Amino acid sequence: MCRLFAIASREPLSPMVAIEALNVMREGHDGSGVGLFLRDLSGPFEDMKDAPILSGIFSEAGLKRLDAFMMDVGFMTKYKISIKVPKTPPAGVPRRDVYLIRAYEYPEEWEGLGPEELQLRLMTTRLKLRAMGEEKEDMIVFSFWPDVIMIKEIGDPLAVARHLQLDRKELAARVILAQGRQNTNYAINLYACHPFFIQGFASMTNGENTAFIPIRTFLESRGFPGYIGYNSDSEVFTHILHYMTRTLGFGIETYKHLITPLQDEDIARHPDAHFLRNLKQACRPLIIDGPNCVIGCLPDGSLFMVQDRKKLRPGVVGGKPGVYAFSSEICGLDAAIPLRDKSRDFQPMYLDTAVVGPGRQEVRICRQKEPLPLPH
Amino acid sequence: MPSERAITPSTLSVKDLPWQIRWSRDTCTLCGKCTAVCPVNAIELGVFRKRQLEPPLGFMEAPATVYKSYYGVRQRTDSAYACVGCAMCNLVCPNNAIGPVRADEADKLRFHVDRGGQPRRRGGRRNVPGVLLDRLKFIRISMLTDPALDAGRHEFELRTLLGRVLPPEENLKHVRENGWIPPVREIYPLIVGGMSFGALSPNMWEGLQLGVAYLNEELGMPVRISTGEGGCPPRLLRSRFLKYVILQIASGYFGWDEILHAIPEMKEDPCAIEIKYGQGAKPGDGGLLMWYKVNRLIAAIRGVPPGVNLPSPPTHQTKYSIEESVAKMIQSMSMAWGFRVPVYPKISGTSTALAVLNNLTRNPYAAGLAIDGEDGGTGAAYNVSMNHMGHPIASNIRDAYLTLVKLGMQNQLPLFAGGGIGKSGNLAANAAALIMLGASGIQVGKYIMQAAAGCLGSESDRCNICNIGLCPKGITAQDPRLYRRLDVDDVAQRVVDVFLSFDTELKKIVAPLGRSTSLPIGMSDALGVDDHHTAERLSIKYVV
Repeated sequence: MCRLFAIASREPLSPMVAIEALNVMREGHDGSGVGLFLRDLSGPFEDMKDAPILSGIFSEAGLKRLDAFMMDVGFMTKYKISIKVPKTPPAGVPRRDVYLIRAYEYPEEWEGLGPEELQLRLMTTRLKLRAMGEEKEDMIVFSFWPDVIMIKEIGDPLAVARHLQLDRKELAARVILAQGRQNTNYAINLYACHPFFIQGFASMTNGENTAFIPIRTFLESRGFPGYIGYNSDSEVFTHILHYMTRTLGFGIETYKHLITPLQDEDIARHPDAHFLRNLKQACRPLIIDGPNCVIGCLPDGSLFMVQDRKKLRPGVVGGKPGVYAFSSEICGLDAAIPLRDKSRDFQPMYLDTAVVGPGRQEVRICRQKEPLPLPH
Repeated sequence: MPSERAITPSTLSVKDLPWQIRWSRDTCTLCGKCTAVCPVNAIELGVFRKRQLEPPLGFMEAPATVYKSYYGVRQRTDSAYACVGCAMCNLVCPNNAIGPVRADEADKLRFHVDRGGQPRRRGGRRNVPGVLLDRLKFIRISMLTDPALDAGRHEFELRTLLGRVLPPEENLKHVRENGWIPPVREIYPLIVGGMSFGALSPNMWEGLQLGVAYLNEELGMPVRISTGEGGCPPRLLRSRFLKYVILQIASGYFGWDEILHAIPEMKEDPCAIEIKYGQGAKPGDGGLLMWYKVNRLIAAIRGVPPGVNLPSPPTHQTKYSIEESVAKMIQSMSMAWGFRVPVYPKISGTSTALAVLNNLTRNPYAAGLAIDGEDGGTGAAYNVSMNHMGHPIASNIRDAYLTLVKLGMQNQLPLFAGGGIGKSGNLAANAAALIMLGASGIQVGKYIMQAAAGCLGSESDRCNICNIGLCPKGITAQDPRLYRRLDVDDVAQRVVDVFLSFDTELKKIVAPLGRSTSLPIGMSDALGVDDHHTAERLSIKYVV
């Protein structure tokens, strides 16, 4: 089963912290891939929080097509990290031309756009690039969003990280999500590699989502252009999160009520029974049938973890004010934050949502049987 | 055969009949139970004359012929009395001395059953063994990543929704603003389909109701039962058990005078109202309750005079078109119960089902659509309707579900599938396959009749005399001498057995797929079939 690690820290951290945590959990992943999500960036990106950053893998030809396309739309390169890799990659890692992390200036005509339209356009641009890349197999695009970097590659996480020299000082972030893959998606495809990203929401999952097809069918039929892909059964978790927040307007404490609703008799006893019964019925196709552990990041930089009742070995969250980490195994947490009060480690069970807010001062636990916060 | 007997075109021999009685003189006790029980008087006491040659010993006397007679059972060959193969004679015979045997070739009777210009009518089933659903396999077994679940110990929530579910945005807006939210029932996905009081005997009907009530009240399984088009006994209408009942209205409106008058006195709302536009066994045809089944009780409940034929018209005569009919009837029925009861139409499987479905998607009061496939059974129909009319259920349900998916409404308008589910005995497997093709629930009638009451029908034209009120098991008979053979409590007990074993089997199917928290509606990735065209048609996997 895939290994997951996420950390939120007041001080910027190198992605190697997460890679090393994955490395101690290595017996659980098969080296079929690694995915990294970095947010709240520091270093050179500290001063360009609003500039959208494109992350992806390009061939030389793809890079030329990218430049032509972006120039055409009106994007100007503001800053870039070019990761030049040795000619021969380590065993199991494919040879690539360019790993691109590039921050852009918005096109002039985009000025004055409302946030919703701007976000839609950013997503549409990413989807166009993805489609272009799929057509000629010369580009793979992971994210195009302000203050977000994503890196994914096939291979053992540590070997990939060394190969890409991820310990470089330009790369540091206060929020990091990392996944070491155990390939369960038949074919190895980078678009099947977690974390997944859509319009500021990211999540990664381990386990198997057996209700994948009906959920995918439901999301695809919402008419939202970003609900595509689904190379992995876990991508739906990110999209459900996005759908819940953007379309239904609920906060993270409602997420678990969507994907793993309470049983009927528990709903009957809940103070918000009327609402929850309707939510369960109306969102019935979004009920996952795990076992799954989901770790995600919200646009405000909050991290959260949930799992369903079938998850036999739940993930763990622990740390100290200023730095908290979520890990699918305790050894990963030990590796990243050895000096912490371990008695305060928390393993969210089937009713809990653990959230570390943007302040990174504490772990907040929402229990499914508790009343929901009043709507804003 | 006497030598002078005229041989007419319709003169048949025993060999020409579909069922031939084999009788053993050695073991027969001549008790007469078989001839008494035979529902169609196919057998009668026979006095047989037999010549015996008795050659004497020695040479003194000439050989003599002796005539002796013996008693036995004779099978009649008149087409009106042809054996139906029910084998009740065998059931009652103390020595297993008698029983019907299927003819070894196609019978000749079929060419002569239209005496008087009346084509054959019968009850029962389509008489085509096997069904595509039996060939669908569940192939997506959770293996390494996450092991399969324990069907015996895990918690399962296998419920379905009957009623219009609004899209999440709209539903939650109505919750916030206290708007009207269409009624939705959380029910067990296996529903006892519409079999009317009249088609069924009072004991059978009561047994079913009793079983369903027990499942709900004692076992916590929200099983629902449809009344069929024959009204509902007044006491049930005024009891708390009405909430387990789906009241059916069809083109004859039988029993609805009584139902409407009972509304002010109802303690509970019914589970739902089913408007029957068609049924799978005889698509485009109405009910055919014949006069000999319309006794005083049935007449009273249906609001008709006793002893008259009760053919329901094929369509709802008060309406001009199906669109208008559906819209108006759904509206009226919803209004009758203050918009607290889901109202949905039931149609026979047809290539035009999608037109009906599309119409319903635009009607915010439509609570679902039930489609009854060609393998549905019936109490009475023309042979030709049963054998040749209708549409298989699998592709009909699949098309309907995929149409809803295209519209993004797959959770909003539940589809219920019926017609031959479990006809080979594989009820849970057939039901699970249809659910994974997109059905929200399953309606089942014949299986219940067989399992709960011992219906003798098979898929080889056995018995099938539900229409003439002579059901030898008392299931569809209206003669107390026949239906007292059926004990109400025994039927109820069997209904409970059927549902409990179905539940275990359904879990045994969904648990290896890793599903437990919601019914796997539309989980088509779990299905495979060994025929490429079928796989393509149903958008499932082709596996060999």
